[in-house]
Amino acid sequence: MSATTVHPTRKPYSPKQAVERMRRGDLGAWPVVGGLIAIAVVFGSLNEHFLSPENLTNLALQMAATGTISLGIIMVLLLGEIDLAAGSVSGLCAVIMTIMNVRHGWNPLLAIVVAVAAGAAIGLLHGLLFTRIRMPSFVVTLAGLIGWQGLLLFLLGEGGTINLPFDGFVAKLSDTWLPPWLAWTLAVALVGAYGGSLLLGRRLRLAADLPVGPAYWAVVRAGFLAVVLAAAVAVLQADRGVPLLLVIFAALVVLLDLVLRHTTFGRWMYAVGGNAEAARRAGINVTRIRVLAFVLSGSLAAFGGILAASRLSAVNQSSGGSDMLLMAIAAAVIGGTSLFGGRGRTYAALLGILVIQSITNGMLLLNVDSSVRYMVTASVLALAVAIDSLARRGSTP
Amino acid sequence: MIRAEDISKRYGAVQALEGVSLDLRPGEVVALVGDNGAGKSTLVKAISGVISPDSGEITIDERPVRIGNPHDAQALGISTVYQDLALCENLDVVANLFLGSERRRWSVLSHIRMERATRDLLTQLDVRIRDIRVPVAMLSGGQRQSVAIARALIGEPKLVILDEPTAALGVEQTAQVLGLIRRLRDRGLAVLLISHNLADVRAVSDRVVVLRLGRNAGEFRTADASQESIVAAITGAAA
Repeated sequence: MSATTVHPTRKPYSPKQAVERMRRGDLGAWPVVGGLIAIAVVFGSLNEHFLSPENLTNLALQMAATGTISLGIIMVLLLGEIDLAAGSVSGLCAVIMTIMNVRHGWNPLLAIVVAVAAGAAIGLLHGLLFTRIRMPSFVVTLAGLIGWQGLLLFLLGEGGTINLPFDGFVAKLSDTWLPPWLAWTLAVALVGAYGGSLLLGRRLRLAADLPVGPAYWAVVRAGFLAVVLAAAVAVLQADRGVPLLLVIFAALVVLLDLVLRHTTFGRWMYAVGGNAEAARRAGINVTRIRVLAFVLSGSLAAFGGILAASRLSAVNQSSGGSDMLLMAIAAAVIGGTSLFGGRGRTYAALLGILVIQSITNGMLLLNVDSSVRYMVTASVLALAVAIDSLARRGSTP
Repeated sequence: MIRAEDISKRYGAVQALEGVSLDLRPGEVVALVGDNGAGKSTLVKAISGVISPDSGEITIDERPVRIGNPHDAQALGISTVYQDLALCENLDVVANLFLGSERRRWSVLSHIRMERATRDLLTQLDVRIRDIRVPVAMLSGGQRQSVAIARALIGEPKLVILDEPTAALGVEQTAQVLGLIRRLRDRGLAVLLISHNLADVRAVSDRVVVLRLGRNAGEFRTADASQESIVAAITGAAA
């Protein structure tokens, strides 16, 4: 038949098409990136410390724990559900880990594994209550929010605080810095892998006679990544180095993004979030996908809680308190994850938490009262949800 | 050839189908028409495995088959396109075509194989979509219906059942979908079309089967039948 139905090459979007996509709600990450630049300019001009390597390093350390919890929230938001218990679960699992490690003298790695498994089990329970008894996820996890907080207080008991030894494995997690050679090798390897995969993908598509973009486009994208990574490593090296905590968080973001985009599990997550009935008719086990999403959310919340405990070198009654949960949800949404399900990527956690932490951090530097800080953060969140809602309206003809 | 013989189904006090028979041959479009409550949907559900009839027999190439659920139907090569599309609007065309039957290796998606197959299939069916990598939500109604129909072909079926495929479409988009139905026939598929729209039925079908009050109420070769005779069979005015 005619070849007119298939475009021989896939061109980058013309400005007109780009505007059309934007109008239809396919904004991608650009509003967030724009927001970040605005934040950097505003706070950078108001306070010379904001863009200093030391402050940016602190920012990276502050991001990791809440960002990891936010990743879990994204797994559930992708299905159009919500996990309000993530904060409590993070606190509870951090307490479990600390008790195992400090009071019972377990190997720290084993304690971490057990705590993450406990988070997964809690997620499994939420998922089963949601799918089997058909309780709304909002209610299941609201009960979890209160109940797991209660269990945390019970486990902590009288003292209310358990310290982690400063030279212990767990505390060291957030006080380990990559040596310069390793940081640069890692950056080069990442750029190489990214550029290589783009070029390999292009070659495979050409071999299958599929439309491809111009070759320079792959080079431009890899170059862009190289610039971003080089800037990050250079800035962090100017202070203490690249923190291990940031590497762990970034690795989780990349790994989960690959899982979501390149495995059947990820494809089915998006399908269930987009149209659960269509997914069911296509033979997808919707219940299993939903339960797995909650298990992932619980596990990531647990791991985020452990990272937070590592930074504090302690757990206490406010571990995983309400602020953390709201920040994690706000980060996911600000980063571009739709509350209506089916749209969003794991990079939303990275970008969103960067926005929120920068605002918080910048205002702390400026000595702005916490009342104003809350109101500004709320405005950013409201703006992000407004963009999401408008995008959703635009994309349904 | 797929044949449903003497199918009966009762829902409580309502006799939805009573001894209905239907023949479906490769390379032929059969339109199933009738008033609301005539039993069209019940018959289609029996063939596509959504319900099991109380009595009657379905045979494929003279061999009796048991269709207990939609999976059985699909395994036997019977594919149904539902009225409410059942597409995931947030996924692109490729993802929708292969939804639930993704080509993969150790659960890693084979993007290139699926996109190649999608482009080949859409080209064969002459479905024109400018960019198949955009979410289905950004396509027109006709294009979405075409994607839903193309999707039914992924499992290499013998019979495709289309439930009101043109119900929500404009004139030009209806023409697109009717063209697509003709191409299904040209591929040698048996097509069963359920429609309220007699103009569409006359434009695309080879044979019209009329149901009335759960019974066969007439069968026409489309080329020979007048609109009046079909309407008369639907309303029972001829009797």
